[in-house]
Amino acid sequence: MSVVPDEKAAVATTGVRAEALHFALRNGKLLAGLTVLVVLLVLGLFGPMVAAADPNAYVGPQFAPPSGEHWFGTTIFGQDIFTQFIHGLRATFLVGLLGGGIAAVIGMAIGFTAGYRGGIVDEILNMLTNIVLVLPALAVLLVINAYLGIRSIPVQAVFIGLTSWPWVARAIRAQTFSLRSREFVDLARLSGVRPWRIMTREIAPNMSSYLFMAFILLFGGSVLIGASLDFIGLGPTDSISLGLMLNNAARYNALHLGMWWWFIPPGLGITAVVGSLYVMNVGLDEVFNPKLREM
Amino acid sequence: MTLKVEDLRVYYRTLKGDVKALDGVTFSLADGEIMGLAGESGSGKSTLGKSLIRLDGRMRHIGGSAELDGKDLPVGDTHAMNPFRFHEVSLIPQYAMSAMNPTRKIGRMVDELLRSRGVAPMRQELERRVGLVGLSADVLDRYPIELSGGMKQRMVMVISTLLNPSLLIADEVTSALDVSSQKAVAKTLLEFRDRDLVKSMIVVTHDISLVYQIADTIMVMYAGKLAEKATADVIVSAPRHPYTQALISSLPEVGVRYEERRLQGIPGRPPSLLDPPKGCRFRSRCPLAFERCAEEPPFAEVAPGHSVACWKAV
Amino acid sequence: MLRLDRVSKTFRTGSFGGRELHAVREVGFEVAQGEVVSLIGESGSGKTTLGRMILRLAAVSEGSITLDGVDIARQKDYYRSVQGVFQDPFSSYNPIFKADRVLEMIRQRFFPSMGAADWRARVESSLAAVRLDPGGVLGKYPHQLSGGQLQRLLIARALLLDIRMLVADEIISMLDASTRIDVLNLLGELKGRGLGILFITHDLSLGNYVSEKTVVLRSGRVVEMGRTELVFGNPLHPYTRNLLGSVPRLHRRWSEEEDAPEEEATCFYHGAAGRDATWPGLVEAEPGHFVGCATSGTCAPALELVR
Repeated sequence: MSVVPDEKAAVATTGVRAEALHFALRNGKLLAGLTVLVVLLVLGLFGPMVAAADPNAYVGPQFAPPSGEHWFGTTIFGQDIFTQFIHGLRATFLVGLLGGGIAAVIGMAIGFTAGYRGGIVDEILNMLTNIVLVLPALAVLLVINAYLGIRSIPVQAVFIGLTSWPWVARAIRAQTFSLRSREFVDLARLSGVRPWRIMTREIAPNMSSYLFMAFILLFGGSVLIGASLDFIGLGPTDSISLGLMLNNAARYNALHLGMWWWFIPPGLGITAVVGSLYVMNVGLDEVFNPKLREM
Repeated sequence: MTLKVEDLRVYYRTLKGDVKALDGVTFSLADGEIMGLAGESGSGKSTLGKSLIRLDGRMRHIGGSAELDGKDLPVGDTHAMNPFRFHEVSLIPQYAMSAMNPTRKIGRMVDELLRSRGVAPMRQELERRVGLVGLSADVLDRYPIELSGGMKQRMVMVISTLLNPSLLIADEVTSALDVSSQKAVAKTLLEFRDRDLVKSMIVVTHDISLVYQIADTIMVMYAGKLAEKATADVIVSAPRHPYTQALISSLPEVGVRYEERRLQGIPGRPPSLLDPPKGCRFRSRCPLAFERCAEEPPFAEVAPGHSVACWKAV
Repeated sequence: MLRLDRVSKTFRTGSFGGRELHAVREVGFEVAQGEVVSLIGESGSGKTTLGRMILRLAAVSEGSITLDGVDIARQKDYYRSVQGVFQDPFSSYNPIFKADRVLEMIRQRFFPSMGAADWRARVESSLAAVRLDPGGVLGKYPHQLSGGQLQRLLIARALLLDIRMLVADEIISMLDASTRIDVLNLLGELKGRGLGILFITHDLSLGNYVSEKTVVLRSGRVVEMGRTELVFGNPLHPYTRNLLGSVPRLHRRWSEEEDAPEEEATCFYHGAAGRDATWPGLVEAEPGHFVGCATSGTCAPALELVR
């Protein structure tokens, strides 16, 4: 056989990413999910620059169905739904990314540390996790709101992030716990690999799709929590989000009035964002797991 | 004649194609016979054991038939097999640890199981049988987690044989156990036959020395086909198939030392069953292979009760 | 070379370490160069814990493990001299990476400045030592290789370093009979090259085949140890006899021999009666053959020893 071991060995380290990319570019699910997500992201990022600056301005006729002038129609008060949608999309991404991101970082840090270290470290972190888990987030928010006031989307996202990580920490802890006892972790230790690298290079890659899935759920969760906070009047009042749009539509009986153009765009928007992330996750699973690749 | 299997073929469906795990197997099992079914991983021994009681989702019955006590065993029809399972054919699974519901006390679990099979609970008989395998009757009031691996294995054996099935299939029942529990479990299997609780038995295993202890006959499988069947003593002392010979001589016995006598393994790997080679499947690893092996050797009787699938043995 | 001196391991279990579990108690033996020592025990005997302590994967609670007289906890670059191979070949490899990554990890840590050509030569020579064809294993994923190939690749990984000691924990128990013996022979060849090997197994016949010395472990304690031919040829402790009697053999059935009688309640090891008795340590029954018994005044096998 003409395989040169050294080249192969080199490929084994530098090539993992290149190879993942190779399969990623050939994975339909991943590409489809990514396409939808990028389109929405671009719309949310750059749309507001092009469209009108104030999504809540009363610009058109009230109660108008979609037309050439108002693509998604107008609300019962005459606000342009397309403008609201674009601004709402941006807010939704912000809440999802920031809230989900903060929760994911905290959850992973605590989960990995507790699962890998075990013992007393695990017991303490586990106690902390359980305390936050049973904390009534809404009640705490009421108190915080009374003292500080949550008036901007980033602050809302940070709050969501700080309260929604416990289940991720628990799940990752359990996963880490079972992976840690696998013999390849022992072998890495025998190869002189440090704990931090074992966590990031040996354990985490085995859970990459799981971690991504957790992030997606956190992302979707943050969007939904944000929407419900908006609804009970604890959200930012002067901006707009997809959740706020849905709640407005519900509040003013859009369904009964037959104003499908009011609730379908934001509903579809949330579904598309979370759904495309989910499809991407399934695709990533196939990219990362060489066994699934062959099926 | 308890069991007659005729040209049985069971394939696994995979995305790459059919894995021909069991490819034309013909044998019979006499009343009161304990047959050891030996082979390495991928030989089809577990598939054979399973196909006589239950095909799982990926297994497909391609052809052949099985007959138990003169009645046709509908191996290909999961539904029609229902009345036979547990009553006529019973299986002891490899991982008895996970075969019992952890949330039920054992006695209650058995009652539920019996009821689901349309049989009235039989507490007294159950207690008698539990005593028979060397457990005390109060294990019935305990949860599975309170029992050791060997105890659980014996408990599952009691449950599997409660209705006195005609055929008992024991699938690698000892491989997860310690040496001393292995012996107890193997001896219990022997008890079952000697006390007529089961008529005949197939003991699927990779451990020839263990099955030699209790089996009357041993059947060796290789790559989805039968290689050799004979009495346990003949298989161990005078095997005729080159694969059996190589396998037996690769086993280190107590007393054999590396310095004094170096044992040899079998070079190479078993063929892929996705697309098995024509002719004898052991050909590529066989030291005796010659031209004729390109043709498939029949599983033929070379002496009374001794069948071999090899041209050199005929 | 590697020496264990009254090594004990206590695990703390329960919430905040409320309970103690004595996995290994006062175990002492030595592995010399060019020697295979088999450590035999059933599940729960502490054999794996001992292996992990020698590999520094678990801390020693009491006693000491030394390599050439120096405590292993204080040795720099310990893993250059001592390496291990484990039971399950499939979980020894990270399933999402190629199998040869285990070799590359050695290079990164221990040979960072070695040139490509030198490294290639090193990999090829250690693969040759375990009879693996480089083309057949490099660049493959673990699930594409057989259990025997994976275990041999792990031994090759250890040989990349100039190790002097290998801990082999049940490395062949998951392999098929036809490939099992080849890996076992490989251990024999390694001892010919001067390696010390600790071969941990539950299978007495396998231990007997390759080893010079045998240590029988039960509930964390050594019950009998010594030169293999003495331990197997003349087992003194009832537990060892029982174990040997339970091993299934070819050509000889269980029913043809008597079961070793259970000597209940006469000895620490076979009954509950003497559980609290202090352990007197091992008695040298004949040169190079040690046996342990708690109540050596009343225990029949121990009395025989004294005589």
